[in-house]
Amino acid sequence: MADTTATDTKEHSPLIEKKDGVRRRDFLDVAALSAAGIGGLAVVYPLISQMAPSEDVLAASTTEVDVSAIEAGQAIKAVFRKQPLFVRRLTPTEIAEAQAVPVSSLRDPQTLDERTKEGHLDMLVTMGVCTHLGCVPLGAAEGENKGEFGGYFCPCHGSHYDTAARIRKGPAPTNLVVPDYEFTSDTVIQVG
Amino acid sequence: MSFPWARQYEPATGLTKWLDEKLPVPRLVYNAVGAGYPVPRNLNYFWNFGVLAGFFLMLQIVTGIVLAMHYAANAQVAFATTEHIMRDINWGWMMRYAHANGASFFFIVIYLHIFRGLYYSSYKAPREMIWLLGVVIFLLMMATAFMGYVLPWGQMSFWGAKVITGLFGAIPLVGEPIQVWLLGGFAPDNAALNRFFSLHFLLPFVTLGVVIMHIWALHIPGSSNPTGVEVKSESDTVPFHPYYTAKDGFGLGIALLAYFAVVFFLPNYLGHPDNYIEANPLSTPAHIVPEWYFWPFYAILRAFTTDFILPAKLWGVIAMFASILLWFFLPWLDKSPVRSGHYRPLFRKFFWFGLIPAMAVLFYCGGAPAEEPFVLLSQFATAYYFLHFLVILPIVSQIETPEPLPYSITEAVLHSDKKPVLGENTAPAV
Repeated sequence: MADTTATDTKEHSPLIEKKDGVRRRDFLDVAALSAAGIGGLAVVYPLISQMAPSEDVLAASTTEVDVSAIEAGQAIKAVFRKQPLFVRRLTPTEIAEAQAVPVSSLRDPQTLDERTKEGHLDMLVTMGVCTHLGCVPLGAAEGENKGEFGGYFCPCHGSHYDTAARIRKGPAPTNLVVPDYEFTSDTVIQVG
Repeated sequence: MSFPWARQYEPATGLTKWLDEKLPVPRLVYNAVGAGYPVPRNLNYFWNFGVLAGFFLMLQIVTGIVLAMHYAANAQVAFATTEHIMRDINWGWMMRYAHANGASFFFIVIYLHIFRGLYYSSYKAPREMIWLLGVVIFLLMMATAFMGYVLPWGQMSFWGAKVITGLFGAIPLVGEPIQVWLLGGFAPDNAALNRFFSLHFLLPFVTLGVVIMHIWALHIPGSSNPTGVEVKSESDTVPFHPYYTAKDGFGLGIALLAYFAVVFFLPNYLGHPDNYIEANPLSTPAHIVPEWYFWPFYAILRAFTTDFILPAKLWGVIAMFASILLWFFLPWLDKSPVRSGHYRPLFRKFFWFGLIPAMAVLFYCGGAPAEEPFVLLSQFATAYYFLHFLVILPIVSQIETPEPLPYSITEAVLHSDKKPVLGENTAPAV
């Protein structure tokens, strides 16, 4: 490499080969670059965080649903976090069908009891979002195709869910998601 | 082009060798801001402001893109989305304050950068093109800043848009149609807001393009320096890296301290409270002034109060635009063979006791109410401003006797140049 440093600055130049040991200049270099690096990382955090859900979006992330008017065999669609939520009151036949299936034969093994709240075995609350690629399955509204297993059927890529909304046939990897919810009274659930 | 003693980039690893053959970006960086760019050794801190301006341009682009993710350019909701950014978006308040004050700091560093150019006559040959491109950048910045200020759709946004587009209404005959065309209506509304948003997003990238040309043009003759004496030999320069990366880095640290002090502790100091009131086409704020960085030009605009052949309104508009456009002629108005104001006694007097006070008065009067004594002061300062550039500078630069220049930068720094380069460069180049 060409010697481009002026002669009069040579003895102080950091470009000249290093002597043994840590020089003051090395310490200053590391300290300055560390401070700048940490400062840079501190800047990255808000730049990433600003794209996360904002306060008003998070404030809309619990939904109350009155389930008192749902008759056995009926389902309603509610909205939870801007996504459809299926609330379905199962008939005794549907409960029996769901419980008759050997759990070990399922792709995503879960019992109906695990997917409902204690004392409310007939109240099936799931997201209306197919676990394959996110379409809304049919079967909640009157007269829609409920699929081969009498639960829900996703028309996009043909996933069939049973009466406990568990995946039985088709490409979806898991059962319809049961969101966090609780009964705030006998007839009202709070989701989220 | 660079000096013959510039270090050559030598890729050290297999990857950089491969890259150097296919797309020599590391070589470009090395030659532009690395050890391959020799820079005069005597640059003072006034030479920091180019890097700082580049930094603030990038800061504005980054924070601006973030804000554009959350803002909606629609007259119905623009004000509400601005408040949404302030209240609901994670760190939205910081992004907006960083952007609004970033604009002010961009102008602060640009004004100091221009001041440096004026005092040290950086605009002279062979650097005229750098200066001309710089004036273009300044005009683009002003347009961008104005349109950005309209976007929050507060009272000052609305009336700013109305007044500034009203400037075009001063043009005889076609003025009114032009104003209506610019706004897409008879007053600022959705059409104007949308096009301002679109252009406010576009112009920073246009500016970035001109900045690249500005730096490209700079790298041909290389940086000027406080003596104004051209580089003669290797001992006059040091490599940009690490010498000026370190010096610029230090300057950047100081600038960021000042900037974040304002962002975090005085975020609305440079703004107007009226802009937190939603735009109302039926009510003008009592005291309407533009942002501080437009004050000197606003003062020139308001300095014309009497019709003289043309209407006063038109004179004001002409003078305001001319006050910046005459900078395009500066490299040819200043005829002195000596660059640096440091060696120009008469120029220096007019600079410090004429131009700078005139600019200070214009700055102050532009922000003051349009009443006496500010109008009269603006008129005197405006008169001096034009007199300085169009009459005083050309005359002074021809009649003054410059002080003796140092033989070289090395001599200026060390008071002796032990190995003067003989031959083609024996006469002191200026």
